[in-house]
This record gives sequence, C-alpha cells and structure tokens, in this order.
Amino acid sequence: MDAFLSSLVSVAFHGVAYGMILYVISVGLSVTMGLMGFTNLAHGVFAMAGGYILCSSLARFQMPFPLALALSFLLVAAASVILERLLYSRLYGASELEQVLFTIGLIFMSVAVARLIFGTLQQPVILPEYLKGPLTLMGREFPIYRVFLIVFSAVMIAGLWLGVERTLWGAMVRAAVDNRAMAQSIGINTKRLFTITFALGSGLAGLGGALGAEIVAIQPTYPFEQLVYFLIVVSIGGLGNLRGPFVAALLIGITDTACKYWVPQFGAFFIYAATIGLLLWRPAGLFGRRA
Amino acid sequence: MKITASICVTVAAAALALAFPAAAQTVKIGLISSYSGPGAAQGDQIDKGVKLYMKLNADKLPPGVKIELITRDDTGPNGDVAKRIAQELIVRDKVQILTGVVWTPNMAAIAPLTAEAKIPFVSANAAGAKVIGMSPYMARVSFTLCQSAYPLGQWAAKKYKRAYSAVSDFAPGHEAEGCFVRGFKENGGEVIGTVRIPLANPDFVPFMQRIKDAKPDVLFAFNPAGKQATAMMKAYGDLGMDKANIKYLGTGDITTDEELQGMGDAALGVITVHHYSAAAERPANKAFVAAYKKEYGADLNPGFMVVGGWDAMDAIYTAIRMQGGKIDPDKTMEILKNYKNPNSPRGPMSIDPETRDVINPEYLREVRKVGGKLANVELETITTAIKDPLKEFEKKK
Repeated sequence: MDAFLSSLVSVAFHGVAYGMILYVISVGLSVTMGLMGFTNLAHGVFAMAGGYILCSSLARFQMPFPLALALSFLLVAAASVILERLLYSRLYGASELEQVLFTIGLIFMSVAVARLIFGTLQQPVILPEYLKGPLTLMGREFPIYRVFLIVFSAVMIAGLWLGVERTLWGAMVRAAVDNRAMAQSIGINTKRLFTITFALGSGLAGLGGALGAEIVAIQPTYPFEQLVYFLIVVSIGGLGNLRGPFVAALLIGITDTACKYWVPQFGAFFIYAATIGLLLWRPAGLFGRRA
Repeated sequence: MKITASICVTVAAAALALAFPAAAQTVKIGLISSYSGPGAAQGDQIDKGVKLYMKLNADKLPPGVKIELITRDDTGPNGDVAKRIAQELIVRDKVQILTGVVWTPNMAAIAPLTAEAKIPFVSANAAGAKVIGMSPYMARVSFTLCQSAYPLGQWAAKKYKRAYSAVSDFAPGHEAEGCFVRGFKENGGEVIGTVRIPLANPDFVPFMQRIKDAKPDVLFAFNPAGKQATAMMKAYGDLGMDKANIKYLGTGDITTDEELQGMGDAALGVITVHHYSAAAERPANKAFVAAYKKEYGADLNPGFMVVGGWDAMDAIYTAIRMQGGKIDPDKTMEILKNYKNPNSPRGPMSIDPETRDVINPEYLREVRKVGGKLANVELETITTAIKDPLKEFEKKK
C-alpha cells in the first residue's frame, strides 16, 4: 500500500511536470492560433529558434541561465515582428488553407536554415548547477528542473491570464479578434495590436522552446516532430481562450504518464486515443466556443 | 602541310587512346544515405566517412582508374524511396557498386534489386541481422546489434544479478533486447522486467520511474543514437537512479561519439559494449580521428557510422584494385566475402565468407571525462572477432 501511494505521488508529480512541458511549448500557439485565430503551424519554428538561442548563449557565451531565457523570449519576439509585418499580416483575412500552406512552407525553410547553421546534431543544454539533479521531498526524489518548470509555468499562466482577461490590452485583443472592423471603427489600432500580440505569442513560443530544450531536444526537425503535440494541446483546449490549453496539457500530461507507468506496453498510444475520444465528445475542445 | 600535320597528330592521339584504354577507366559508385529527414544526422556521418576515405586514399586505386561517386537521399527510414533511387542509380546512372544506407528497412527494400541487376551492395550501417540474407549481392562492414548486446549480457551476469531491459520499440530494439536477455540468463542472471518504448517518445521519466521502483541492479538500454538515447539518460540522472545503485548498460549506439558531448554529464559512468570508440588508442584510429578533425572541425568526433562509411569504401577500393578497375559482380562478391582489414579504425575486422556479414572486435567501454571532454574509454577487449550471434544460434538449432 505504501509503495502504491508513493508511486501515486510520483505519477502525479511527473504527470504535472510533463503537462507543464506540453503547456510551455504550446502556450505561444494558444495566443497566435487560439486568440488571434491564425492557423500558425510554424509555431515550432519560433520555439526551435528560442531553443537554439538558449543553447548557444549558454554554451558559446557562457551566459547565466535567466539571462539566456530572457534573451530567447526577446530575440524571437523581435524577429517575429519582422516576419509578421512582411508575411503574416498579409494573410490575416485569408482562408485557413492559405495560412496552412504558408506556415508549412515556413517550416521547411526553417528546417533547412537550422541545419545549415547548427548542423544536424541536437544541441547540448548546459544547465546551471542549481537546476541539476534530484530534490528529495518526503522520501521521494524529484528532478529539480521539473520542479522549476512547474513553478515557472504556474507563474506564467497566471500572468498571461491576468493580462488577457483583466487588462485593457486584453480586452482590446479580444474585441479585435471577435470583430476587427468594429474594433477599428471605435478607434483601436488593430494593426499595431496584432503585431504586439503576435510578438507576444512568438516570444512565448521561443521561451517555451528554451524552457523545454532540456527535455525536448533542439534539432532541425523540431518544428515537424513537435507539431502534433502543439496541435493536440490547442485543439483539446479549444480555440479562443487561454485556460483551455492549460487544462488540456495537464490532463494529457497526467493521464499519459499514468498510462506509461502502469501499462507501459501501450506506451505513447494513449495520448492519441484520448485526443480522438475527447474531440468526438467535444469537437470544439474542452473550453472552445462553437464556431 | 599544316593540315597533314594536324591529321598526323589526331591519328597518333587516337592510336594512343586505343593502346591505353585504362586511362579513361571510371568506376561508378552509388551512395544511398539520409541527407534529410529524421536520420539526416546519421546519413551525414556515413557521407563524411565515405568522402574522407576517398580524399585520403586516391593512391589505393590502380593507375588510371577514377571513381565517380553519385550520392542520393533516401529521406529517412523509407523503403519505397530507397528502392526508387536505387533503381535510378542502377538503370539511369549505371552504377557498378552500391553502398551506404542508414536504415535496415531501406536495405531490405533494395535487396531484390541488387540480386536482379547483380550490383554488389556494401552496407555501411544498416544492421538488422537477417536482411543480409535477402540477396547474394550484399555484404556488410558495419555491425549487428547482437554482436554487442549478447557479450554485454554475458559480462553483466558475472557482476550483477537482476536486470531490467528498456529498448526502443522497433526491430533493432527487439534484437538488442533478445540478445542481452539471452546472454544474461545463460550466465545465471535474472531479468525482472522488459519494456519497449515507442520511437517517438517525448518523455522517458514515467518508464524510468517504473524501472527505478522495480529496483534492478542493472538497466540495459538501447535507443537509436541521438536525442532518444540522451533523453533516456537524462531521465536516469534526473531520477537519481545512479545513486539508487542501478547501473546503466547498453550497446554503443546509446553513447555514440558524435553525440556524446551533447549528452552532458548524464552519460558519465554508462557502460557499453561496441566495436568502435573515437577515444580508442590504436594507431590506426588515432590517425583516422586526426584526419577527421582536420577535415571537419576540431570539435567533432567521428561516430561508428563514419567508420562504417570509411570501411565500406576500403572494401570497395580493395575489390576495384584486385580487379584492375574492371568490375565484375561475381568476382567483386568473392573479394568482398574474403575481405580482411587489420587496420580498420575499430581494430582488425573481416567479412564472414559464409554469411557475408561482418566479423567485429568488441570492446567494453565506460563514459569518462578525458581532458574535460566525455569519451568512450575502452576498458578491455571482450572479443577480437565475433560473428553475428543470432545467425550462430540458428545454426545450432
């Protein structure tokens, strides 16, 4: 019984940690796709860029970890403004198919560019000593980095939720997404608003890629390989809100971990079965508004 | 007068050309590797081994013989593409010898073509044990998983009692698991559990926690080299399994030299059995590693797939040299079957004439820090020449 309780604690912890990893690498997409309604399949490109920035600044320039994290957010956000102005903004009103084609193309280009600059091997993440190794709590050992991830993501979701639901900026974004023409006619500069929101989403993607780099390896095919997980989280969570993807990521993380721990022979199959089941039950996602 | 002179020159030139046909002898070699997709890192290794060999060993060709290397991308574990480009290489480009191939399913896909067109194929990596038997025109210079997993099981059983096996869920993983378990059990060890982990697995912690809670003495692991192997080792370190006295063992795939630096300290202390380590002290290997670093960068280490590409070319060059540049498929296969290389970077290796499969030396290694960098330090030679144990088991039946 004692052993069972203790394994229950482990599964809960690792499940939450894995859910947070999923959330962290998908949160940017819940802003650009969930909030702005842009089918941004190239989300992984920004996440990968953030990962590369973190790895390079740690390994080559020996930067402190917090600075490298901040840099991965800022640089990716800045670069995304250029992309948004040049490319993305032209497709805001376009059909989903056009957005998909464009962003898939962007993925192919980024994979080739990443390979050219960094080669095909995965990038090492040199964590500072204080984030390495296990943390002993109540007789069980928990990896410190995962504890850090859980705390960091919790703060991030709280900040983001407050920002979107409780500030004027958040209200303007929601208004502009719901009805852009009306928002413009009451004097909201939607062009600038979308640029800032897009930069925020991309910056968060970069931050997520950087935070997750220790667990989800950074290498050129990252945007393709992780795309499935981003989309699962956002589609189960439902478009148009920030709470949904968070709940979805936690739900997937915990059940997936439990399944792998107790019935490992079914392995990674569970995550797909759960996705199919949930979407059959609620096609618009857990918290999605029906279109 | 001038015209007569130029005719004279032309005739003389033509006569010369007829007298020395070897002057224009070109052997076409097709190299099939993964240059894009999920296996691009591995494909790149084979490519580098092949090209480095060609650059440094031009003098090993008969005079007047030139090599034309045609490289094609099979885009990853994708039998259909491999078959199509092998066909194009044979029919359109008229290659006389094929080599390369990271993936076993790709080797299986091109096997019927090599048999039908009588084009010898030398596997520089693809290691599935049985696939070599699919065509009489295939030989292998790389390795089979059983060559390392089986002796590792035997060695581990002498030191440890209870083992847990965790492998990636695809054919090579099943082979590795089977051979380790067999070697371990035959020598009195007990296997308390096995688990097969999906190839596209983002998080290893749940599996590793389960293994930790089962309290084995050793964990046997096999994943494809790279991010999967690294992620699993990190989970091992994160969960403090080393402090729980669970020893981490595996085939050399999990600590391959080109990826080792990226794995970080999680890899320290991991024990593997394999045929090649970039840190090996043999003179042939030191020269090989120095040449590799000079060509591709001082920070890079050649992995076993570079050696696969290098030795594949050595076998092919031997066949070309012994036939004076005129390639006959059956003679080529005879030469390949009896190929021996005492100076491979991995140590003395040869091909078994009976199975056309490689006979390798195998070393016991531990990941240690040498000069501040991680290295697979060879501790002892487990065997100087091992045939693929799987085929040997079958003979005994």
